[in-house]
Amino acid sequence: MTDILEAPVTDVARAELPSWRLVMRRPGFIVGALILLFWIVCALFGSSFAPHSAYAQQLLATNQPPSAAHWFGTDQLGRDVFSRVLVGARSILLVAPLATLLGTVLGTALGLALGYIGGALDAIVGRLVEAVLAVPAVIVAFLFIVAVGASATTEILVIGFIFTPIIARTVRSAVQVESQLDYLAAARLIGESRRHVMFAEILPNVMPTVLVEFTVRLGYAIFTVATLAFLGFGVNPSTPSWGSDINANYGVIAAGYWWETLFPALAIASLVIAINLVADSIDRVLAG
Amino acid sequence: MTAIAPAADQGSDDAGQPALRVADLDVTYRVRGQSRLALKNVSFEIGRNESYGLVGESGSGKTTVALALTRYLPRNGRVSGGSIGIDGADPMRMGAHELRELRAHKVSMVYQEPGKALNPSMRVGRQVAEVYEVAGLSKSDAAERAAQMLGKVQIPDPKRVMERYPHELSGGMAQRVVIAMAIAAEPALLILDEPTTALDATVEAEVLDLIASLRAQLNTSVLFISHNLAVIAQMCDRVGVLYAGELVEEGPAAQLFAEPRHPYTVGLLRCIPRRGQRKDHGRLDSIPGFLPEPGHTLPGCIFAPRCPIAEDQCRHAPPPPFTTGERRTSRCYRYQHTADLPRNTPVDVELRAGPEPGTDPVITIRDLSKTFTPTGGPVQALRGVNLAVQRGETLGLVGESGSGKTTLARVLLGLTSPDPGATVEVAGQAIAKDAAHRTRQQLQAMQIVFQNPDSSLNRRHTVRQLISRPLTKLAGLSGPRLRERLMDLVRSVRLEERHLALRPRQLSGGLKQRVAIARAFGGGPAIVVCDEPTSALDVSVQAAILNLLADLQAKEQVTYLFISHDLGLVRYLSDRIVVLYLGRVMEVGPAERVFSGPHHPYTEALLSAVPSLDGTRRSRIRLSGEIPSAADPPSGCVFHTRCPRRLASGICESTEPPLAEAEPGHLISCHIPIDQLASLQGAEAVS
Repeated sequence: MTDILEAPVTDVARAELPSWRLVMRRPGFIVGALILLFWIVCALFGSSFAPHSAYAQQLLATNQPPSAAHWFGTDQLGRDVFSRVLVGARSILLVAPLATLLGTVLGTALGLALGYIGGALDAIVGRLVEAVLAVPAVIVAFLFIVAVGASATTEILVIGFIFTPIIARTVRSAVQVESQLDYLAAARLIGESRRHVMFAEILPNVMPTVLVEFTVRLGYAIFTVATLAFLGFGVNPSTPSWGSDINANYGVIAAGYWWETLFPALAIASLVIAINLVADSIDRVLAG
Repeated sequence: MTAIAPAADQGSDDAGQPALRVADLDVTYRVRGQSRLALKNVSFEIGRNESYGLVGESGSGKTTVALALTRYLPRNGRVSGGSIGIDGADPMRMGAHELRELRAHKVSMVYQEPGKALNPSMRVGRQVAEVYEVAGLSKSDAAERAAQMLGKVQIPDPKRVMERYPHELSGGMAQRVVIAMAIAAEPALLILDEPTTALDATVEAEVLDLIASLRAQLNTSVLFISHNLAVIAQMCDRVGVLYAGELVEEGPAAQLFAEPRHPYTVGLLRCIPRRGQRKDHGRLDSIPGFLPEPGHTLPGCIFAPRCPIAEDQCRHAPPPPFTTGERRTSRCYRYQHTADLPRNTPVDVELRAGPEPGTDPVITIRDLSKTFTPTGGPVQALRGVNLAVQRGETLGLVGESGSGKTTLARVLLGLTSPDPGATVEVAGQAIAKDAAHRTRQQLQAMQIVFQNPDSSLNRRHTVRQLISRPLTKLAGLSGPRLRERLMDLVRSVRLEERHLALRPRQLSGGLKQRVAIARAFGGGPAIVVCDEPTSALDVSVQAAILNLLADLQAKEQVTYLFISHDLGLVRYLSDRIVVLYLGRVMEVGPAERVFSGPHHPYTEALLSAVPSLDGTRRSRIRLSGEIPSAADPPSGCVFHTRCPRRLASGICESTEPPLAEAEPGHLISCHIPIDQLASLQGAEAVS
């Protein structure tokens, strides 16, 4: 019975643009990506093109307002604020993405397990996740860093662990939506293992959620790193860092030296906004 | 009732004015920066008190017509040409106030999903009364009128229903409420957009009866939009057939369906199974090719690429509407040749199908029950089901939604575990209840084609991955042998090699379902469950899929468990039929015996609910009310609460009838003896 009883099915392949090209068309994404790219270049090569050294103290020229020589002015130790803002991108752009990546990988794995296996595992671990979520993230990080000692590695680990349950919860609900679909029943009927179902069947379908969650969390990670630095739990205090620079200089705002805190603060804001623009564009394209 | 103005008054001044006049209507959607013509040159008229049907497949522009008439087009759509006249007034030229008046008094619309048309946070009574308040009545008068109106749409105990919220109503009841709201203002034009598509056949029949009786009482013209030709044939005086945004044929319903004058209409009608047609004899035809892409324009006739009688002329200039009879038009140069349109598939094929007599059953089910225990008490979805199916046989499972059809399929497949005590045997061997505990051979034996390919195909996988996976896992193939079998399968479901690299969303619905069928057949199954495999597809695609299933069955000698709510399809494909009601088997027997009767009163009711294309109905028994809750099934015979033939003796209420053999191979669960059923049902068929 291989004879063709019906005219063979003819054409239908639908032309459509791949997702990344649609993302590239969004103005929000372009603006965000350009700002982000600028800060990445600063993080990598900032010290080589900064007009001044980020560390050199000029005790005769402290608290200078913005001028042609010092675009963003100088701080209480006479260091060039502009150069410190450029170089300060490095610590935050090292810690925040790595921490987010760690949290996303662990959170996705946990979310897949909770959502697909469910049952007692979901009930027990789910409660634990909620318990962790009930404690403010910065406090947890703070306690942890005090106990272990501040270092970039500690910060990455602690922020990554804090993000794990948050991301797990989002991924879990996306997995539960997938679990209603018949393709999982079809996979069970051909004897696929749980691991195959989780990683080869479900994971590709929840990747859009994971990607959006990663970009959104990255914004929060920037914030958390800056906050910890501001609270004095950053990496080495002399290393340029936006959060710790704000911490060092906010006492003198009242004396009118606004530039010492405003510019690092704007740097944090611009980075967070840039990431949110990128996250939003990706989200909208993936949501259709 | 301020309502119904005496018809005599109106008749005189409205005589020259149709209720609706649409002339050369063009509608354009802007999609991703590009204009797409969704309706082109659509013209039709609906006279006073006339019922006009608009039929077409998905994407033909049916709903766009309705939206354009009421100016409810989405933001990216606009009327780009032509004119509309509702009672002589053009909604396109109206200001906000006039438009509101138009929608409040002249036009009403009923949509497919009653659940979405009602405000979930508002009691039913308030919602209906609101229509009257807008018309200027006081609150108490409005409430009074609302109750009357609900009575008019045959809602029992309207006062009580008015106190309920929409989610407390069944689908059929909710649709009655929506209809009550739509006719409350006594509109000049009532637009019904697939009003019964979301309802069960038995409920659909009741709602259609209601619409027909209201139409007789009210002075309203109706625009009835549906993909279901039989429903249109039953409900409408005149019909327009839409294809890819163009009205290709128009005429009086009875004539148009009896003697179609456009090749598309002919093709569409040949796709629908009628009595006497079976998978091997009087086969369904299918329409070759695909609907053109939206916005795609052709220099000639829009249907020419799919038309078997197209000539040069058809490809170069769009055909004007030809007058083919009294008040009949067809946009076809060759309308005189449509009667002998060549078929796309042969009428009769040698199938060697059907069960092999005298062999052992391939699947045996004994004492199968399934009780779900949600909060709020146990719900018995299946009770005491016993079945045996032969090799190569098609067993049709029918019943309303909630009857347990899909649960039965899921239990057999091992996706849902049955209550203890049940046995499922494949080829004489008991198999594990849970799919996870089944051996490769057991998994291989039974596969499924799900209803909705969008759900059953992993959208991140390519067609190649989707079809190859069962070949590796179940048939244990790899390398060149895998490739060979893959190509074999792809050809046998009539896909092409180039489809292998595509993902599901790049395929049309019919192609996706072919992929799902190829996957089910990959492991060489003995039994394939087909769970409403065509209900998500268009009519013209459905026929091709049904014939494909029949051919595959003949080739592979598989057994089908064919689940469908569409009795026509079940009859076309099945050798034997099982009728389920509230999880119990009401009747089992050879397809022809079950359909021709004498049959169980429930089967009788199901059959009489199906609208037929030739407009005739065998009997008009109706089930009143909805299927009872399985959590609290009626005593005695579970069907007694809705049974039109309930015995006066009271035995139906007290004792559950056994499933007894009424004639060889034909089992009926009813207290009425078969010869009495025969005379009851026979008598009705004559009158």
